[in-house]
Amino acid sequence: MNASPVPRFGETPSVRRRLRRENLARWVFGAMAAAMVLPLVLIVGYLVVRAAPALSLEFVLDVPKRGMTEGGIWPALIGTVYLVFLSLLVSAPIGILAAVYLNEYARENWFNRVINLAVINLAGVPSIVHALFGLGAFVYAAQFGYSIISAALTLAIMTLPVIIASTREALASVPRSFREACWNVGATRWQTIRSVVLPNSISGILTGVILQVSRAAGETAPVMFTGVVFFKAVQRGDLLPYYLNEQCMALSMHLYTISTQVPGVKEAIPFATAVVLLTLVIAVNAAAIALRVYLRSRKKW
Amino acid sequence: MSPAPAPDDSPAVMAVRAARRPLWARLGEKSIEGMVYVSGISAIIFVLGIFVFVLKEALPVLGHEDFSLSRFLFSTEWYPTSEASKRYGVLAMIAGTFSVTLLAMVIAVPFGLGAAIYLSEFCGQKTRETLKIIIEFLAAVPSVVWGFIGLTVMSKLIVQFTGAPVGVNVLNGGIVLALMSVPIIVSIGEDALKAVPDSYREAAIALGVTRWQLIWRVLLPAAKNGLLAAVLLGVGRGVGETMAVLMATGHAVHVPQSVLDSVRTLTANIAAELGEASAGSEHYRVLFLTGVLLFTLTFAVNLAADAIVRGIRRK
Repeated sequence: MNASPVPRFGETPSVRRRLRRENLARWVFGAMAAAMVLPLVLIVGYLVVRAAPALSLEFVLDVPKRGMTEGGIWPALIGTVYLVFLSLLVSAPIGILAAVYLNEYARENWFNRVINLAVINLAGVPSIVHALFGLGAFVYAAQFGYSIISAALTLAIMTLPVIIASTREALASVPRSFREACWNVGATRWQTIRSVVLPNSISGILTGVILQVSRAAGETAPVMFTGVVFFKAVQRGDLLPYYLNEQCMALSMHLYTISTQVPGVKEAIPFATAVVLLTLVIAVNAAAIALRVYLRSRKKW
Repeated sequence: MSPAPAPDDSPAVMAVRAARRPLWARLGEKSIEGMVYVSGISAIIFVLGIFVFVLKEALPVLGHEDFSLSRFLFSTEWYPTSEASKRYGVLAMIAGTFSVTLLAMVIAVPFGLGAAIYLSEFCGQKTRETLKIIIEFLAAVPSVVWGFIGLTVMSKLIVQFTGAPVGVNVLNGGIVLALMSVPIIVSIGEDALKAVPDSYREAAIALGVTRWQLIWRVLLPAAKNGLLAAVLLGVGRGVGETMAVLMATGHAVHVPQSVLDSVRTLTANIAAELGEASAGSEHYRVLFLTGVLLFTLTFAVNLAADAIVRGIRRK
């Protein structure tokens, strides 16, 4: 029999050392991953605790009072809804059609590469440069002035790449055979897209549109010079307070204003504004994620 | 996905098809396809439009006699509203942008890549899904909320732990920016690790390596370009970020001597002063010129990242 103290396939010191190292790596990398989760939880928790004294339905529905040092956030909230909705109206059709072009029509050539590069760079343009563009192009050159339209158009261009990228992914996940089957019964390219490709990817497209909403709601820099103001008098709970050629308030800008520009704001109010904005964005994102998970679970192919 | 080939569009088939469909249907389809095409090239139009409009607003300043491009790039004197002699030098802001971005990357790159490795190599399916959702939430936090966190939470912590006189400084901005750019580094980094062919992993495991050896000797060398692209995209995010650094880095226009100095970045400078510069004034045009500089910087970074990613795909 084998008399040696170390069995043939047993642990030698070198194996043990290597396993120790592997365990160490697992813990270190795990800690690094946890280090991303922890701040999110801690920060959100802290914000909510500090915001608690001011948070109420009344805070959401009320207008700012006494030079924005008291009261609620209604005009800012509704202004954000205006901006998001209008920018969506512009960017969703253009973004979806652009993705259709890139995924269904474009051939693999230099022109397609230039378009891809443009999409990537559009996503990478700093938000403040978008603001400069909005100011130069929409406010002055197109003469929309400082208005909701200018701000919404600026936001639309900024969020376009989000919609293009996610719609493209949704379209690409429709199997080729679906298209081929449709072509084989004599449908044209567009008929195939309309009756086979789009219906089969509509929920993926919706996910992208929802993500655009959350992105647009949080942006500050692109709107602060194109159509969003510090303060605008609005009736409490008024659902349609703004004309499109006027300036409006926005939640993100309101948070910036009351936390840096206005002295003597009641302590909890900026925290409560941040929590409302964060809740809005996270809720919208959660909806997109839920939709995606649900879709993946009932995918037919 | 590779582009779909045309359904048989030889002239004969097209002619038969055209004869069977009413004129309005054919015209309708043509016009829709026209719209699809225009939307397809819209991204090019917008990128060019952004560059042209920002450049157009900035260019006239180059002709002004008391403005010189070399002073703009290499002087730290920024006195845009001085009565006696206006001076426009953005070197201090460039230093601000670089110091904050550099610190952010020093923090975010190890953590981001470490988390990407953990996600792709160590954890199970359930944990991975959960972590990815959390990362998505982290990416969704608006920049103004990050700025607010820097202003209220971080600044207090920094004053408490370092004894710095003000809490809004390079360190604060760096930490906030690190938290903001970690999600993009993790998701692109994980993609890069996932793109390493499984046969590499199998070959290594067949030799009896541990997971750590697999990562260190096989995966990292094989995925290094993708990981570099992830870092570059994080840098692009850091250079372009506006609201968070506006609120978290303080407002001192000078070259920082330590991480506890307040600085101002290129982006924050535009955001802080655009409101008070009257349209068409020299100050206004210099701010647009700063925009051109930022656009060029991020364009170069994104282009490099894209070239690296495409290089991988070709292999």
